[in-house]
Amino acid sequence: MKSHLLSAADLTHEDALLVLDTAEELARLADRPIKKLPTLRGRTVVNLFFEDSTRTRISFEAAAKRLSADVINFSAKGSSVAKGESLKDTALTLEAMGADAVVVRHHASGAPHRLAHSGWIRGAVVNAGDGTHEHPTQALLDAFTMRRRLNAGPGEHQATVGTDLAGRRVTIVGDVLHSRVARSNVLLLHTLGAEVTLVAPPTLFPVGVDAWPCVTSYDLDGELAKSDVVMMLRVQRERMAPAGGGFFPSAREYSRRYGLDGRRMAMLPDHAIVMHPGPMNRGMEIAAEVADSARSTIVEQVTNGVSVRMAVLYLLLSGASEGESA
Amino acid sequence: MSTYVLKGARILGAAASDVLVEDGVIVAIGPAGATSRAGAEVVDADGLVALPGLVDLHTHLREPGREDAETVETGTAAAALGGFTAVHAMANTDPVADTAGVVEQVWRLGREAGHCDVRPVGAVTVGLAGTQLAELGAMADSAARVRVFSDDGNCVSDAVMMRRALEYVKAFGGVVAQHAQEPRLTEGAQMNEGELSGVLGLQGWPAVAEEAIIARDVLLAAHVGSRLHVCHVSSAGSVDILRWAKSKGWAVTAEVTPHHLLLTDDLATTYDPVYKVNPPLRTADDVTALREALADGTIDAVATDHAPHSHEDKDCEWAAAAMGMLGLETALSVVQEAMVETGLLDWAGVADRMSTRPARIGSLEAHGTALEVGAVANIVLVDPSARRVVDPFALASRSRNTPFAGRTLPGVVVATFLRGRPTVLDGKLQ
Repeated sequence: MKSHLLSAADLTHEDALLVLDTAEELARLADRPIKKLPTLRGRTVVNLFFEDSTRTRISFEAAAKRLSADVINFSAKGSSVAKGESLKDTALTLEAMGADAVVVRHHASGAPHRLAHSGWIRGAVVNAGDGTHEHPTQALLDAFTMRRRLNAGPGEHQATVGTDLAGRRVTIVGDVLHSRVARSNVLLLHTLGAEVTLVAPPTLFPVGVDAWPCVTSYDLDGELAKSDVVMMLRVQRERMAPAGGGFFPSAREYSRRYGLDGRRMAMLPDHAIVMHPGPMNRGMEIAAEVADSARSTIVEQVTNGVSVRMAVLYLLLSGASEGESA
Repeated sequence: MSTYVLKGARILGAAASDVLVEDGVIVAIGPAGATSRAGAEVVDADGLVALPGLVDLHTHLREPGREDAETVETGTAAAALGGFTAVHAMANTDPVADTAGVVEQVWRLGREAGHCDVRPVGAVTVGLAGTQLAELGAMADSAARVRVFSDDGNCVSDAVMMRRALEYVKAFGGVVAQHAQEPRLTEGAQMNEGELSGVLGLQGWPAVAEEAIIARDVLLAAHVGSRLHVCHVSSAGSVDILRWAKSKGWAVTAEVTPHHLLLTDDLATTYDPVYKVNPPLRTADDVTALREALADGTIDAVATDHAPHSHEDKDCEWAAAAMGMLGLETALSVVQEAMVETGLLDWAGVADRMSTRPARIGSLEAHGTALEVGAVANIVLVDPSARRVVDPFALASRSRNTPFAGRTLPGVVVATFLRGRPTVLDGKLQ
């Protein structure tokens, strides 16, 4: 693996399986009464969050603590783009404190890349979501969840070790334009052999999406019957307002054309699962009856997030125990 | 005033000759080695190409207001070192150059610095706000004798305002230089909209936002019978529109920056804001179209859009960074690499696009004229065989934001003469 995790594109097939298999191993910890390993004792992991994200921060924090790392939470919330200089100053501060890994969430696309390549810090950088760019650990936990649900029976998680997602059909629905989750998932799922279809109204596809390793569609109904996985992306209501870009006319129309409700869920094959990275807009992109159904993996995704992030921190930090990044 | 003999200079790349400069004027041109004059200072120009002093239509000198990034003194020093004898100082200073007082101040600072002529550009609208015409006539009549008007940095996006400006400047032979950028299509825009913007998650700046304004403005200029100049053309589509407008015989001119002739949007994958510029770097196809348009004259001029920014404004994440790049000290080298070494332009063509035509567009007398006996001695001597690695810390500009840092570029400016007086000799500021 590379010395940072900035993009899902950084992961080869081999790297991705290593993370997923390691996560599977570490997940067994969660079933024990004492959920802690001494692996990263004495190492410092900083959660550097320039943007609110309680669930992602808590997930990384739990992951680091279960590996016995010291965790520092640094919330620079409220820092506007105009005060961008603070990224550098914050980085220099963290460097001075001796951070071994920096988990960064930032509103600006590329901020983790900047952090990793500007010479401001030496530690490993993990992208925990940057602007409308990427969110690679989300893609890893999604792949982990798919693998568990699709590649083995209930409770047979160990049977998934070493398997990828070859031939699995994944339909990702919603605001692709602004979604870092969609970008990372397309890249990682492609690496793992899955066939990805993106579904959105034309206004919510980025220019150039045709070059991505996936196919696109404007018609959700036409994709459901052949999907092994349907992943619903969060769609912010503000996007319909003129000030928010006017991407669609109303929440009602969006929901009618692209929301996953009971009728659409019934069109899915029996084994298909429904995913959502959270936080959900119930009644907008996903109906409550779908979110709460047996197909929904939404709660599992949260649990799996901790295992996957443990694996990422473990692999990035344990290989470079002499202080120099590999 | 001193007398200089430029020995062995290749005028516009032609065979070597000696050029005798006296009292600010070229007084004799003779065969190499045949010219001498008692008391004359000899400049060894063996192997050097002589061009008329370069004229930049688009320079941000940042003074008044952002003297931390550049001053008239440092910016014009950079200009002289880049081979320029005249620059047009853009109006987006603080305060904005929208009154006779401000343009005269900039003009006077230029005279005091003495490195090259400074022609202030006047704002089209008060405060660049796009709502009320600035006193264009007062600026035209001032000591600065403003002829080029631009809200550069902002587009004159209101069609009626643009029409009025185009009409109004006819009274004093002015030209409106449009920063073509439809504002609604580019809100929050960070880089060229294309395959890469989607992958990088950076908000796109679509070429159509430039092309739509150029299309509107060439039609407006034709309708009211005025001159239009288009700043920093960046896309193949814009070239098509300009070519069509020129085929109609309309008085439309255009410029391209050196960086748009050489660099492409894939540099944004570094997320290094030194590559963030407005209009953004575009695709290789656009670069090809821009080079061809400059070669065939559809694009009239190379203009640097020299845009100094302080270190703090660039040493940050992409979205937070200021847009713009340095250009004055690398422009001629970049044009040599992109146009001369590719066979698209010869040195006469370079002189035309970097001196003659920009001087004409800016209504500048005594610049951009042919290097012949009787002409004012605005001359640059360039060594086309030399190569140099661009070092941002060796530049005369107060800022360091050159996208060519570490890059080897061809051509070195050896000497620049402004009205017969060397502003640069042996590559050093005088």
